[in-house]
Order: sequence, then structure tokens, then C-alpha cells
Amino acid sequence: LAKADQALLPVPARQEPPASPAKPPRRRPSLRRVLTTAAFLAVILLATAFLVRNLGQNLAARGLSISFDFMLRPAGFDIPIRAIPFTPRDTYFQAALVGMANTLLVSVLAVVTATVLGFLGGAALLSHNPILARTSLWLVDFVRNTPQLLVLLFVYTVFLRAVPSARDSLSLGDAAFLNVRGLFLPALEAGPAAMPSFGLTLGTWAFILIAAAPILLFLPFRARRRLPLAFITLAVGGTLVAFLFATGAWQLEKPVLRGFNFRGGIQIVPELVALWIGLAVYAAAFIADLVRGAVLAVPRGQEEAAAALGLRPTQILWLVRVPQGLRILVPPLISQYLNVIKSSTLGLAIAYPEIMAVVAGTTLNQTGHAIETMMIVMVFFLALNLLISFLINLYNRRLVGRS
Amino acid sequence: MARHATLPPPPGPGLAAIVRRGLVSLVAPPGNALITAAVLVTAAFVLPRLWAWAVTDATWAGADRKACTGAGACWIFIRARLHDLLYGSYPADAAWRVNLCALGLATLMAPSAFPHRLRRAAVILLVLVFPILALVLLRGGALGLAGVETRLWGGLLLNFVLTFIAVVVAVPLGLLLAEGRRSSHPEIAGSSIAFIEFWRAAPIVAILFFGVVILPLLLPRGIELNKFTCVAVALALFASAYMAEAIRGGLQSVPKGQYEAALSLNLSPWQARALVVWPQALRVSLPAIVNTAIDLFKDTSLVTIVGLFDVLGSLQQALKDPQWLGLAAEGYAAVAVGFYVLCSLLSVLSRRLERELAVERRR
Repeated sequence: LAKADQALLPVPARQEPPASPAKPPRRRPSLRRVLTTAAFLAVILLATAFLVRNLGQNLAARGLSISFDFMLRPAGFDIPIRAIPFTPRDTYFQAALVGMANTLLVSVLAVVTATVLGFLGGAALLSHNPILARTSLWLVDFVRNTPQLLVLLFVYTVFLRAVPSARDSLSLGDAAFLNVRGLFLPALEAGPAAMPSFGLTLGTWAFILIAAAPILLFLPFRARRRLPLAFITLAVGGTLVAFLFATGAWQLEKPVLRGFNFRGGIQIVPELVALWIGLAVYAAAFIADLVRGAVLAVPRGQEEAAAALGLRPTQILWLVRVPQGLRILVPPLISQYLNVIKSSTLGLAIAYPEIMAVVAGTTLNQTGHAIETMMIVMVFFLALNLLISFLINLYNRRLVGRS
Repeated sequence: MARHATLPPPPGPGLAAIVRRGLVSLVAPPGNALITAAVLVTAAFVLPRLWAWAVTDATWAGADRKACTGAGACWIFIRARLHDLLYGSYPADAAWRVNLCALGLATLMAPSAFPHRLRRAAVILLVLVFPILALVLLRGGALGLAGVETRLWGGLLLNFVLTFIAVVVAVPLGLLLAEGRRSSHPEIAGSSIAFIEFWRAAPIVAILFFGVVILPLLLPRGIELNKFTCVAVALALFASAYMAEAIRGGLQSVPKGQYEAALSLNLSPWQARALVVWPQALRVSLPAIVNTAIDLFKDTSLVTIVGLFDVLGSLQQALKDPQWLGLAAEGYAAVAVGFYVLCSLLSVLSRRLERELAVERRR
């Protein structure tokens, strides 16, 4: 019996140091272990068989069978908001792609905004100024303790109803406008000049290098050594964009008020604006808290040691506290991003056509293929999840490898 | 500045010193003074307007929409719809049954009000006796109480019932899943991980759709569940995946020696778990469990998407009433404050538990 009990010990996956004599070398699996395995597998198999049998009977009674053929039939419905082209004559499969693209579109917008807001909020929470710290703590707590759908519906029905009509739009310069019809931004389009060729034209490269050099030189030496690739990429990319605008290969098309509405530029419809703001504000509250936690988690001794070495407060912040805080922050931050993507399915409640609304909403209602449509949604989210956890693992492994 | 902040504080500064330091930090570096000014100006702009809208200019008394002055908030709307927001379509003459349940729940949920010996009794009552009593009271049809079908349940009642069911099912199920995840049997560990990750990967909207659309297809022919039950089952499965992760941390924190010591005292493996490992693990993971419950409570507001009328759904319904059009701001503000207060109370409870447990472990 003693041996059987030993075999049932929940041996943790981590390897114990070989010094511990408690674990005897594993021999043949004991009878009890084999029986447990068999019983467990039998229960799982029986349960699965039971569910599959019920499913088959229920589907047969409704005259349905599991098949993805319907995905290639014309959808017949329009998707008013679409990140990629779509007409009602396109197939359900293309409709699903539009839904995924819409989900990713709003998620990317919300993730970027939430990161900026969240870091600002985190800085405010950590501020030495008691008024600012208290106010931001109260705001963050309020948002965190309300349901996300409530925030979203509030933004959609109250906030976006309160913005003025097209004629009295809130404007930023004369480039961006916010009114009841949505947010109008300038569009990027091809300019009058031809796109320059990026072959090895010496003049082009010389221009880029000369323009980028000051940006690189202005960076303090230490920072350059620590963050070289990101900054060089950013500098070169920024210069490239400036160059394209300067030569006239690209230009901005500003939205202009004509009659009762704006023409030109990009129109972001209220549904997208509401979902964007709702997701971003909600996630920002959580990110602010993560940022605060990460910075506070850096041991105080690090700061004191840096001070003892004679580093200035700014240097301590950027060379000691931020790099170490970022290591703690990145994994929970990425899962917060994943939460944003998952929460974008709330777009269903305000008629933003993301993947749930298109696939598990309209497509399911029109075709009745419940199992297939839910499978498509689940595969989409499972794939996203696997991708994100793969990235987190990669990051963690890099960290472990470095230290 | 940061360098000075890291110096150990002088021994026992008086109240005056603390106040002085607080005041100085408001204006000390010029940047801070600027921030203080900006926050104060914003507050001076926002707060009086908010106060006027919500209190001084608001309409507090009156019978219907005509009484609303339009200058500020019109709280008559909330009062007129309060029954829907709290109880949904639950009959008004039976609302005392809901109130009694709420009172019981509040009493049992305030464990810090009990001395230690009573606390265990409170937990046992809450988990084993309260659900049965609450079910009889709410559902009726026994003890001379008139029956109230679950499809009439709504409002905040529905949020509470769904959260309670999900948590009570999810804690034991999550415990089993967390144990399964650590099992030395690869097939048990694998299935547990697959189950947990599946539910954690899905957005809650998809989970609710699963409950309403797929779950009825998986039941034997002839058995039909109403929407409330389907949603409750889906939420309970969803919650158990999250509870499993919350409890896993607690299980990992119990030293292996505890289990081995229990085995050497001739306890069977399951006795060792149930009597030695689990009590310690649950204790450590209690704050995480409460946090999961808070998240779940907020998430129950999503059931309005599949057509159940919880407090948010009832509000959406009330806002569509032609008599009360255009009062969305009042409605959302009231429900948001309600959620804020309830969730904050739960967080206070969680933090308090965390502190007490930390003290006990140090002993």
C-alpha cells in the first residue's frame, strides 16, 4: 500500500534536486495508477459519447447536419461598418473575415489608446502630488468597479449624443472633427508626385541618414546603447514618412464640411468611436493599476543603490526603475491586451459588426448552423490566445536567458 | 527628489510635520505646483456642475415625467423604475422574500462581524444552508409561498443569483480542476488544462451564446432547460475555470511537506488533501477567490445581451419607455454608482481578509 500511495503523490513538474532521497526511482506503473487512468478515460469517453449522441439526435430532429458548406453561399446581408471591402453578394466566409478584421481594427485602436492613457494614469497614481494621486486613484477605482458594458453603453448613448451636430463639430485644428455622425480624420493618400524608388539611389539614402543623424545624436549615450534597435527604427521610419510627405509622394486629405456632412478624409462611425473609447477607458484603468504595481514592485534597494552610485533622479528613473518595472509589467500587460480583444465582442450590444455579431449573430440567425458558427468564433479566439501565450512565453524565456 | 524620498523617515514625525510635508509636496517643485493648479481648476470646473446636476438642480419629487424640470437630473425616473431595477418582473407583493434573502446574504457575508468561532458556522451556513433557504424563498411553491418562475426574476436580484450560483458551483469545481492540473497523470492534467484554457480563452459573450444556443443541443431529447438555467450553467463553468486559476496559486503555496507529513500520519491521499492541504490552500487563495467573484458580478450584467433582464437590461428596457425617453444619463449614473458601491464593499472585504490572513500566517 505504501508504494501505491507513493505513486499517487502529486509530483510537481519541477525537478527536485537529486539530493532528496524521498523519491525512489520509478519502476513499473502500479496497478492502482493504471486503474485510475482507465477509469478517468472511460468517464471522459462516456461523457463525450453521451453529448455527441444528444447533439446528433437534436440536430436530426431539427433537420440539421454539421457542415461548413453554407460558408461558401452568398451572405445576402450588408455590413455597414467594414475594415475590408464587402458586398451582400459575397459569401458568409468573407463576412466572417470582415467580422475578424473589424474586431482586430477596434482592438488595435483601443490597445494603443489604452496603453497611452494607462501609462499616464499609472504615472498619476505614482505621483508625489497627493491631490493628483488621490484623484486618479478615485477615478481608476470607479471605472474598475463598474461593468464594462455599462461604460460602453454610457459612452454610446450619453456621451456621443451630447456631441454637437456636423455644423458645430468639435474640431482639432481644421484636420479632425467630432460630431454626432462620428469622428472625421484626415486620410493618407497618394500625392501628385510619383513614389520615389527605394533602390540604391545614393541621394535618397544620404538624405535619410543626414536627417536621422541628429535624432540619434541627441539621445544620451547610455540610452542609445540600451535601446538601439527600437530607436533607430523609429528614427529611420519617422524620417522616411517625413521624406515621403516632403517630396509629395504622400499627402493628407482633410475632411471638409459640405452641406450637412463632411466629405473626404476618414469617417469613423459613432459605433466604432464608442467601442473604441469604451474599451480604451476601461482597459486604461486596469493598465494604470498594473503600471503602478510594476513600478512599486521594483525593490527599493535598486533605487538606493543607483543613488549611492551617484546617478541623478532622471537617470535612476530611466536606467534603473523603468527597465526593471517593464520586465514585471509586460506579461500582465499582454494579457490585458488579450482582454481588450475579447471584450471587443461587446460591440454586439451597440451594433458594431465584430466577429460575434457577424458570425454568431447574423450568420447564425440566417442559417441556423449553431455549432459551426460557434466553432468559428471559438477557433478564432483560441488561436489568438495561443498566439499571445506563445509571445509571453517567448518574452519570459528571453528574460530568463538574459539574467 | 527621489533620492530624498528614499531616506528613512525621521523617528515619529508629529501630525503637524505630516501635514506640513503634505502641503509642501503640493507646491514643492514648480512642476508639482502646476499639476496641483491644473487638478484644482478642473475640479472647480467639473464638481460644481456635477453637484448642481445631481443634487441642487435635480428633480426629486413628483409623479411622472411632467414633473421633471429639465434643469438637472430627474431622479423620479429611478424611483418609478426602482422595482424593475431591483427585482425585474418579480411580483411586488412577494418582494419581501427577495429582501429577506438579501438581508441573510449580507449578514452571512460580513464575517468580520463575527468572532472567530462563529465565522466557520457562517461560512457553512452560507454555502450549505443559505442556498436551499434562498431557493425555497425565491422560487416559492412550498411552505405556502406562491410560486415565482425564474423567467420573472430580473434586476439586481438576477445579478446576485447568477453570481451566487456560479461562485458556489465554481469553488469546489475549480478546486478539483486545480488539483487535476497538478496531477501526475498526464491524461488528467491534460484534460484539466484543456478545460481551463478553453473557458478562459473565450470571451464572456461567446460563453453566454454557448449557454443559450449550444447547451440545449447537448441535452438528451425531452429535457428542456429555460434560459435562466442555461445561462447559470454556462456562467458556472466559465467561473470554475477562473476559480481553478485563483486556487492553483493557493495550492502551490502549501509546502509539499504538509502533504507528506499527513501521509506519514497514515491519512489516505484524499484525506490528506481534504483535511490538510485544501484548508491551507483555500485560505491563501481567498482574496483571489473574492476578486474573481467581483469580476463575475460585473460580468453578469452581460446577460442582457442574450435577453435576460438583469439590472442593466431592465434599465435599457426602462430607457425605451416613451414616457421616460432621454433620461439615459440618470439611469446609467444610478446603476454605475450601485455597482461601484457593491463592488467596493466586496473589495474592502477582500482586502480585510487578506490583511487578517497575513497576520495569522505571521504568528
